[in-house]
Order: sequence, then structure tokens, then C-alpha cells
Amino acid sequence: MPDAPEVSPPVVTPVRVVIALCLVAPFVAMLWVSSYAKADPTFIGIPFFYWYQMLWVLISTVLTMIAYQLWQRDQRARKALRDSQDLSERASR
Amino acid sequence: MNDGVNGVALAVFIFFFIAVTVMGFLAARWRRAESDSLDEWGLGGRSFGTWVTWFLLGGDLYTAYTFVAVPAAIYAAGAAGFFAVPYTILVYPLIFTFLPRLWSVSHKHGYVTTSDFVRGRFGSKGLSLAVAITGILATMPYIALQLVGIQAVLDVMGVGGGEDTNWFIKDLPLLIAFGVLAAYTYSSGLRAPALIAFVKDTLIYIVIAVAIIYIPIKLGGFDEIFQAANEKFSATNEATGKPVGALVPGDAGTWTYATLALGSALALFMYPHSITATLSSRSRDVIRRNTTILPLYSLMLGLLALLGFMAIAAGVKVENGQLAIPQLFEDMFPDWFTGVAFAAIGIGALVPAAIMSIAAANLFTRNIYRDFIRPDATPAQETKVSKLVSLLVKVGALAFVLTMDKTVAINFQLLGGIWILQTMPALVGGLFTRWFHRWALLAGWAVGMIYGTVAAYGVASPTQAHFGGSSKEIPGIGEIGYIGLTAFVLNVVVTVVLTFVLKALKAPEGIDETSPEDYTADAGDKGVKVELPTMGAGSGH
Repeated sequence: MPDAPEVSPPVVTPVRVVIALCLVAPFVAMLWVSSYAKADPTFIGIPFFYWYQMLWVLISTVLTMIAYQLWQRDQRARKALRDSQDLSERASR
Repeated sequence: MNDGVNGVALAVFIFFFIAVTVMGFLAARWRRAESDSLDEWGLGGRSFGTWVTWFLLGGDLYTAYTFVAVPAAIYAAGAAGFFAVPYTILVYPLIFTFLPRLWSVSHKHGYVTTSDFVRGRFGSKGLSLAVAITGILATMPYIALQLVGIQAVLDVMGVGGGEDTNWFIKDLPLLIAFGVLAAYTYSSGLRAPALIAFVKDTLIYIVIAVAIIYIPIKLGGFDEIFQAANEKFSATNEATGKPVGALVPGDAGTWTYATLALGSALALFMYPHSITATLSSRSRDVIRRNTTILPLYSLMLGLLALLGFMAIAAGVKVENGQLAIPQLFEDMFPDWFTGVAFAAIGIGALVPAAIMSIAAANLFTRNIYRDFIRPDATPAQETKVSKLVSLLVKVGALAFVLTMDKTVAINFQLLGGIWILQTMPALVGGLFTRWFHRWALLAGWAVGMIYGTVAAYGVASPTQAHFGGSSKEIPGIGEIGYIGLTAFVLNVVVTVVLTFVLKALKAPEGIDETSPEDYTADAGDKGVKVELPTMGAGSGH
């Protein structure tokens, strides 16, 4: 990009940390097998082991959705910042 | 099992099969652009929006073999087979992180395959060839297994013929199914499976919804089902002296479970057919949006896995575990609905088989034919070669299934998973950094391939002396874990160490034709055209 912005926002921001956490959480939950390798409590007759993992399908979906929304917002904000910098650059010429 | 043909089920099955065949041929006209490039035939013109991509990826990743094999594993051993659920949970955060980057850089440079990207990024035809060959090798047995899925359904319907029937009569239905598949893939390319995937997934969702409500009611609820399963699994296996299975993995099983889930999740999007479906999407955003709706398939897979327990409770007794679920459907459902369920599995085999053969053909055309045989091939020639190779790949898979024992296909698919994971450092590593040295990546790949193959060869099971399973003791840790993941770790270690060495020796790094902003470019951005014209050739030197 020839007209790269002179001031760029930091790479790591609180929003991006939240996004990362949303994406990492399923790994921690699912790879820690001993935390859910048990039969009780059952849910409508299904052992804990099975319904807990199915529940995580839903939880991870919600987390990915949050990550997606936050990322969209982050990108839009950065683009707006870039555009305004482009404009002021052009105006100053 | 083969006590006569189930006429009603067969009629319903044939009806759906004819319907998708017509759709497959008509698909050639769907959103057709006037161009002969490989983008058109092999990536559907890179034009698919959120929903088409969703159906295409779902139809692609959750194959007939998955539908048959996952509940079959549960039916045979219980908890261990359920790793497919955490595996598919972990896939989506991974996709979210790296696939948009691959999409962007591929869109910018007209890459059709992962090997195209690897060559462009590292300036190494050797590394790109290694990735291409691994992809083709891993995909072939996967296609063969789709046939095994169709065979299971045909067997239970009674049209597979017994062991004593003439082989030609026995395999005729399979030959017809495959001939038709080959013909419409040839004429319509990726558009055919994309359109058929709508039918496949609709059928699958209906069948699962009905099965998960109707069968437990008939069997007296989940309490009864899991009690029956518990009884079966606590019985002692005479060969090993251990229980035949478990409802919940024991302490020894947790490592295996976790490594299988992680290793499989990492491997899934290295497969050429997953990448093909991803690159066919219209924009970067389509991929990210899809990670929020694709988990619906994981939920379905979890429910489907529970059918394995239902088969136990329903008293299904089959020698070949692969037949457990088709048999359960036939025992439980009225005939017409059995036909719907079987059509779902049968079509579920056609969609991924089509995409896989297209993906393998693209790899051959771009990274073997164009790179090594005809560097000056025109886009039209590329498309022609790809079409022909897609036919060859399917014939090869068919020959594989008909001439060799089914276990050979299963063994190779198991190896394929281990192999394909070894392309990850080059591909995903390359998406984020140019730090790795191309020769180090090649060496790491080779070490991973060799270790994985040798280790898998050495696994014995009660029924097989070699390739008896995909997990083995992890050297240095002592727990039983997925071989693919162990090989992957070795691969990364070798790559990192050799990168340091090669950089110290100042070995030539190769030319990187991509630039950092290529990885975040989106359709509509400055310098990225919304519609790609003929980018088939001349774009990726």
C-alpha cells in the first residue's frame, strides 16, 4: 500500500484479547477430557459425558458468533480510521 | 441381512437418486459465466454465498462414511467413538483464524489449490509437489470409502447380492451410481455437488430429526438405551480380557480421546476437498460467517452418534459394524422412510466424492501437469486435464474398492489423515509467517510422513496385525495418543531446528510473490477485483 497510514492502532487491543479468549475456550474445555469423563448427572437418561459435549457445540457456536461480531466491529473501526487519515492526507496535499 | 429386496425402500431410493442426477446435469447452467478457466469448473466461479457455501461445506465434510462410521464406532466400543464431536467443535475456531487469510491470498493471486499457495509463498516447486502428492494420496482412499458407504446401504436393501452372486451383478448398482456421478461431475464441475448438497442435507436433517425422536420412544427412552449399552460394554472381550467398551472413557483413554480430537481437527482443513469448497466462496466474510452456522452439523453428528447406542438397545446384531446404522433404520422405520434414510446416506456419498475428485484433479493439473509437464498450458487446457483426471481418480477409487478388501481402504484413509496433517506447517505456517525455511519444511514433512506411516504400520489389533488403529504410545510421554499428532509435533520440531540451521548457513530462501496486505484483502477492496476474470494461468509464477 503506497498510502499506508502513518499512525496505526496497536495490534493487541482489549477487544482482540476477548476475541482470542472466545476462540481458545473450546480448546481448553474439550481437551481437558478428565473434567467431563463421568456418567453423572444424567440428562433425560443421557450420561453427562455425552450431553456436556453436545452442550459445548452450542457454547462454542455462541463464542464464535461473539468473536465474529467483535471482529467485524474492530475491522470497521480500523477502516474508518484509515479512510479519515487518507482524506486528511489528500487535503493536506 | 440379504433376506430379499426391500421394494418400497428401493423405489424411494431410486426416485431420489434420479432426482439428484437430473439436478447434477442441470447444475452446469447454474450461475454460469462465459469462461473456460479452471476457476469456473473447479471452483464454481468463486461465486458462492453464505448459504451455498454452508451446504457445500456441510455436504463435503460430513460424508456418508461419517454417517456410517461414527455410530458404528460407538456401537462397537462406546465413548471412544464420540471424539468426533469435540473434533468438529474445535474445527471452527481454527477455520475462523486461518482460512480467511488463505482465501484472500488465493483470490489475489488466483490460487486454486493449497500447493499453488505454497509454491507462491516459498518459491519452491519441490515443497509444492510434496503438498500436492500428499493431498492426492490422502483423498483417494477417502473417495473409496464413500463407495463403502453406498455399498453398506445397498447391502441392507438387499440389492448388493450375497457373497455367492456373480461379481458383476453384485457390483452393478455401485457401477451405475458411480458412472452417473462421474458424468455430471465432468460436465458441471463443482456446481453439481453444490446443488445436490441442498437435497442431501435436507434429507439428512429430516432423517436425524425423526430418528432421534422416533427411535428412543420406540425403545422406551434414553434410560433404557444407555442401560442396554452399559450391559453390552461391561461384558469381557475374550481376546483381550478387558471390557469390550465403555460408556465413559477411563483415565487411560483421556489422552487418546483428546489427541484424536485435536489431531483430526487440525487435519480436516488440510484436505484438498475442504479447501476447494472454501475457495469457492464469494468473499472472506462468507467463510467467517459460516463458522457461526456450520456447528449445526456438529450437533447433528452428536445426535447421529447416539444412534450407535440405539442400535445396541434395539438388538441389532451385525458382523460388520458398518451395517449397524442402515440395519437399525430398516428395523425401526416404515419401509418408505427407510428409503428416504438410505437415499440420504447414498446421496451423502455422492456429494463429497464429487468434490474430492475435483480437488484431487485440480491438484494434479495445477501442481504436477502445469508445473512439471506443460508450463505453458492455457486455462482451457487446464480445465480439460482437470476434467479427465477427475474421471481417472474416480475410476481408481472404484477399482480400489472392487478389487481390494474394504479394510485396505479404511487403513489408507487412516494413513491419509496422518499424512495430510503433515502439510500443515507449510500451509498454515506459511499463512502467518515467512520465517520457516522451505527446505526445513520439506524435511519436516518427510520426517512426519515416515514416522506416521511406520508407527501406524506397527499398530496391531485383535483382527489385524498392521494398521490396527490410529493411536500409539507417544514417545517421551508414555500415554496412548493419536499418531498423526505425534508425527505433526516431530514435523514442527524438525522444521524449526532446520530453519535455524539453514538460516545460519544462509541457504537461498526462495522468492515470496505475496505481500503482507494480500492476506487481509477482501473482495471489493482496492486492487482486488470482485469478479475474477480468467485467472487460470499466468497468475502464479
